Amino acid sequence: MSLRLDCTGRLCPLPVLELARHIHEVAVGETVVVVSDDPAAASDIPAWCRLRGQEFVSAAGNDYVVRRVH
Amino acid sequence: MSGEHSAHLGSYLDAATATPLHPAAKAALEVALDDGWADPRRLYREGRRARQLLDAARASIAASLGARPDEVSFTSSGTTAAHLGVLGALAAGRRSGRRLVTSAVEHSAVLAAAHLHEREGGAVDVIGVDVTGRVDADTFAAALRADTVLACLQTANHEVGTLQPLDRVAAACAAAGVPLLVDACASTGRLAPPPHWDVLTASARKWGGPAGVGVLAVRTGTRWRSVLPDEESEAGRFPGGAPVLLAVAAAAALEAVEADREREAARQSALVDRLRTEIPQLIPDVEVLGDPQARLPHIVAFSCLYVAGEALMTELDRAGYRVSSGSSCSSSALTPSHVLVAMGVLTHGNVRLGLHAGVTDADVAGFLDVLPPIVASLRERVGASDL
Repeated sequence: MSLRLDCTGRLCPLPVLELARHIHEVAVGETVVVVSDDPAAASDIPAWCRLRGQEFVSAAGNDYVVRRVH
Repeated sequence: MSGEHSAHLGSYLDAATATPLHPAAKAALEVALDDGWADPRRLYREGRRARQLLDAARASIAASLGARPDEVSFTSSGTTAAHLGVLGALAAGRRSGRRLVTSAVEHSAVLAAAHLHEREGGAVDVIGVDVTGRVDADTFAAALRADTVLACLQTANHEVGTLQPLDRVAAACAAAGVPLLVDACASTGRLAPPPHWDVLTASARKWGGPAGVGVLAVRTGTRWRSVLPDEESEAGRFPGGAPVLLAVAAAAALEAVEADREREAARQSALVDRLRTEIPQLIPDVEVLGDPQARLPHIVAFSCLYVAGEALMTELDRAGYRVSSGSSCSSSALTPSHVLVAMGVLTHGNVRLGLHAGVTDADVAGFLDVLPPIVASLRERVGASDL
């Protein structure tokens, strides 16, 4: 399963907040897709993953894929 | 030493944007007002007086920067110095090539000139940085090619304070025969001047001089050609003539700052160490940015998870502390700082402090008192307290 969080139109840190709120709704090994059109998300989502020890998988367009690893 | 003049400015913590005017600058300006108002290019008595003041200011700043007076021109800001420095070096090198190498974390003025060069058909190689904001000297050196006609690197980063490996990059540029533009805006008056450069830029506002004075220095023998219509003034580097009164004040400030530089840098650096150590102890989920050791003495930046930078700046202002932020919500373009992006660090919740002679231990203690409850309340407001 993969969870999709549509944060279109919402400025950072809100996309990162949404990710933090919902990452534990998927099982370890599964992914969350954050959809964000805020340019800051391109930096902040990978940085959040680094700080939280989660895995940043990919970014394509407005879709940022994060895998829950713990 | 914190002078009496600026004791009331201790909660002003944005010296990396503009440092409070040094009392020596005020005193010099007062004197110059009577003698420096005429056009220094005129040969009558009043013009010669202005000329003498300007010459003395130029000689003083040149000495502080390790330059010859005829290598130093005044511009209207650090930004114009960077624009003209970059574009002039590229124009002079045009027959040899149209390639520019720059770090990704230069001041936006350098990068704006690089973008203009690119729009006009030139090539720009941008060298990325590590998580502390430092370029790798070997990567930078490897990017110097046969058609590279200019390399740009700052002494130290203006947003996070990290020093760049200038000696090694300068050696590589010299070996490759590529002129090096060094942006010394963040470090002038804070660190010893950089020994190796072909073009150098600085800004008086950053060292306690007045706003409105930039420095563009071009080493004798360096190929550089103005991109503006030819003018005689400022060795043909800045049309319209130098701002004599402001240049006098800028020179007086730099002389005074240089005289006390090492002691003041040590004092401020100890305060930065305290901030770097205590902020993450007092507040969870804070990333203190930049190199902890190889850094400017007066700049410290950090990012707080789940907090909007603009809200943080506003709340700190309300509590009496003036800071700046590289977060997107605090920029007019709504884009995050290119420096933070290049480092790959959190861009939201960002704060930069720039210390100066008027900031005391008590001011830093006061800041450390107000910051944790402000961050906690902003996190509570967005429901992030337990994340």
